[in-house]
Amino acid sequence: MQEYTITVFSENNIGLLNEITIVFSRRKINIESLTVSESEVKGVSRYTIVAFMDEGKVENIVLQIEKIIGVFKAIYFEAEEIVHQEVALIKIAISNKLNGNLEALVRNHNARILTVGPDFLVIERVGYKAGNQELFQELEPYGVLQFARSGRVAISTSQKDFTSYLKGLAEAS
Amino acid sequence: MEVATKTQNTDTMSKNTNHLSGAEILVRSLVEEKVDSIFGYIGGAIMPVYDALYDHQDELQHYQARHEQGAVHAAQAYARISKKPGVCFTTSGPGATNVLTGLADAYLDSTPLVIITGQVASGFLGSDAFQETNMIGLSMPVTKWNFQITKVEEIAEVMAKAFYIARSGRPGPVLIDITKDAQIATADYKYKKCDFIRSYQPMPELDMSQLEAAAELINGAKKPLLLAGQGILLSGAEKELMEFVEKTKIPVACTLLGLSCFPTDHPLYVGMLGMHGNYGPNINTNECDVLIAVGMRFDDRVTGDTAKYAKQAKIVHIDIDPSEHNKNIKVDVALLADAKQALSLLNKVVRGAEKPQWMKSFKDFYQLEFDKVIKKQAYSKKENINMAEVVRTVSEQTNGEAILCSDVGQNQMASARYYEFKRPNTQITSGGLGTMGFGLPAAIGAQIGDKNAKVVSISGDGGFQMTLQELAMIRQYNLPVKIIVVNNSFLGMVRQWQDLFFDQRFSCTKLDNPDFVKIVDGYGIEAKRVSKRENLDAAIKEMLDSPNAYFLEVVVETESNVLPMIVPGTSVSEMRLE
Ligand SMILES: Cc1ncc(C[n+]2csc(CCOP(=O)(O)OP(=O)(O)O)c2C)c(N)n1
Ligand SMILES: [Mg+2]
Repeated sequence: MQEYTITVFSENNIGLLNEITIVFSRRKINIESLTVSESEVKGVSRYTIVAFMDEGKVENIVLQIEKIIGVFKAIYFEAEEIVHQEVALIKIAISNKLNGNLEALVRNHNARILTVGPDFLVIERVGYKAGNQELFQELEPYGVLQFARSGRVAISTSQKDFTSYLKGLAEAS
Repeated sequence: MEVATKTQNTDTMSKNTNHLSGAEILVRSLVEEKVDSIFGYIGGAIMPVYDALYDHQDELQHYQARHEQGAVHAAQAYARISKKPGVCFTTSGPGATNVLTGLADAYLDSTPLVIITGQVASGFLGSDAFQETNMIGLSMPVTKWNFQITKVEEIAEVMAKAFYIARSGRPGPVLIDITKDAQIATADYKYKKCDFIRSYQPMPELDMSQLEAAAELINGAKKPLLLAGQGILLSGAEKELMEFVEKTKIPVACTLLGLSCFPTDHPLYVGMLGMHGNYGPNINTNECDVLIAVGMRFDDRVTGDTAKYAKQAKIVHIDIDPSEHNKNIKVDVALLADAKQALSLLNKVVRGAEKPQWMKSFKDFYQLEFDKVIKKQAYSKKENINMAEVVRTVSEQTNGEAILCSDVGQNQMASARYYEFKRPNTQITSGGLGTMGFGLPAAIGAQIGDKNAKVVSISGDGGFQMTLQELAMIRQYNLPVKIIVVNNSFLGMVRQWQDLFFDQRFSCTKLDNPDFVKIVDGYGIEAKRVSKRENLDAAIKEMLDSPNAYFLEVVVETESNVLPMIVPGTSVSEMRLE
C-alpha cells in the first residue's frame, strides 16, 4: 500500500463529489483526506484526495474518475511529485498553566497566534500533517479546547500547466 | 366542446411553443430525438407525462409492460437492435427502483438508455414523502449519467444532454428523475440538440504512433488471433472487421456479446471465447504470438486466471474507453478509438498471408471438441432431449438468420454455442450482469426494434418465471415472438456447479414447476409442449411457421452439464472437455 495524492478538476455540479467517492468506496479504499474548492477558473472545482492503495490500482482509479461526466481531469502523484500543506487550528484555554511557555512553543513550530479571545487563544499552523500533530500534542497539557485540521492541498512540481488547460476549457464553451 | 378543444390542441401543437407544461416539453424532446417507441408503466409521479403522451400517440408508441424490469429489458434489446437509445417511463418509488436491475445490466453491457422516472414534487424532496426514493443516489453507480430535474426550464436542455450522453462514445444508460411540479409548471419551449459537453470526450483522439505500433505487430505476426467484442456491433464495424480479416487472414473468435459480429460459417471464424466457449480459441489464446482484442474488455469470464492469460503474446487492445486499457490485462499497444475508426485506419496498412498450420490447430481442436462434447450434446442419443439439440435445430431451421434472445444459465450457453449466427447484430443476451429473466422482455424489445425480423427467445424454466408476466405485452401488441423454454426442472447452471464443485449437494436448485403451457394459454398465446426427440423437428417447424406469437416448452434432460468449461481460477489453456 502506498500513499497517493490525486488531483481532480471538475464542474461544480451537485452529486459529483458523491460520484467521485463511489470510485473509492466500491473498491473498499478509505479516503484519508479530501479537500474541494474552486480552482483558478470560476466554476471549476479542484479536489485533492489522499488515499492509500496498491500501486496497480491507482492508474485505473484515476481513469474511472476521469470517466465521470463532469470531470475534466484526474491525475495521481507520489509524495515527491508534489508540494503540499495542511492547515491546523488549535483553540486553547487561557490559564495559568501557560506560564509564558506558549510564545516560544508557537515560534518553534512556525505557528502563529491567530486570535485572542477573553479566555482562549487560537493558534494556526500551516505545514505537514505530522508537524501539525506534534504541535497539537505539545499543546495538549495546556488544555486544548478544539483542534481542527484541513485536508491536504497540493500542487505538482512538474511542468504541467493546468491554468492554461482550464482556461482553454472555459473559453471553448 | 371538450373534444373540440383537444383537436385544436393537437392541431396547433407543433407550432405553439409558448407556455407548455414540463410534461409536454419532455414528450416533444423525445419526438425531437426521433424516439418512436417508449416502454413504461404509469403511476402517480409520472402522470402528467403520460397525460402529455396522450396527445402524441400518432408519433410515439407506448408499450405497456407488466413490471418496470420488463420495460427496461425490452428497451435494452430495442436499443441494441434499432441502434437508438431505448426510452422508459416509470413512476417514483417502487416504479423507479424496479428499473435498477435493468440499469445495472445496461451499464455493464454498454447499452444506451434514457430512463425517465417521476419524482415527488420538489418541495417534498428529502421528507420521506409517499413514494419518494433517492433515485439519483440509487442509480449513480449503475448509470453513465443521471440528473434530477426540479425546474421546468431545465427539461429541454437536460433531455438533449441525456440523449447525447447515452448514445455517444461508449454507450450507456442515463436516468432522468423529474419532479412532479416540474412536469406541471409551464415554460416556453425551444429545443437544441446537444453535441458537446466540455467535461466529456466521447471520441478520444487517436494516437497515430500506437496505430503504427499495432500495424507492425499485426503484420509481423505468425500466429495471430483476433478477439471480437461487442464494440464491433456498437460501432457498426462488421464490414471493417471483415475487410481486416480478409486482408490479414487472422482467425476471429467472438466474446459472448460479440457473437454475430462475424459470420460463424466464415473459414476464419474459430468460435466463442470464455468459460463455456469453444476449445480452440481458448487454448490458442495461450499459443498465439499476437492477440488483437477489439471492442472487448477482458472480462474474467473470458480470461480465466489473468496471471496465466496470453503471457507469451504481444497484445493489441482497441477500445474507446480509456479506463478499459490495462485494467484486467496489461497490454503492449493500447489503441484508444472505436472499433470502426481503428479498423478502417488499420485496413490501409495491414496485410498477411494464409496461415495453414495455425488454422489447422484450430480445426484439430474443433474436431476434439466435436467428438468429446458437441456430438454428445447437439446430436445426443440419450433418451431425453438435450438443450443443445434444440438450439441446433432452431439454428438450422432459421438458417441462422433469426434474432436470438437468450436468458441466463445453461440455456444461454447452449444458445451461444450452438446457434450459427449468419446476420450481424442478431444476438441479444445479458452478458456482464447475467440477469435471469432478461430473455423474454428482450425478445419483445427486439421484435419492436425490427418488426420484420424473426425473433426467437430461449429461456430456462427458472429465468422464464422471473418475467413471464410480459407475455401480456406480446399478446397486447400482437408481436410474433417465438418463445422456447428448455425445461430441465432445475436451475441448471447452478446445479452444474453443485455437481462439479459442491459434492453434488443440490441445495435449492430443483424446481417444482407449474404447467407452462396452461399459463401461456391463459395469456392467449398458442402453446405446445414437446418431450420426444422424434417430435422436436416438427414442433420447432410449427412454431417458426406460425405468423403469430408461439410458445414451445421443450422438456430436456435434467442433469446435463454445459461443456467444455474453464473452471474458475484456472487458465484458458486448462479448459476441461469433460
Ligand atoms: C436474477 C438472478 N438470480 C440468480 C442468478 C444466479 N443463476 C445463474 S444461472 C441460474 C440458473 C438458471 O436456471 P434456468 O433459468 O432454469 O436455466 P438453466 O440453467 O436451467 O438453463 C441462476 C439461479 C442470476 N443469474 N440471476
Ligand atoms: Mg432450468
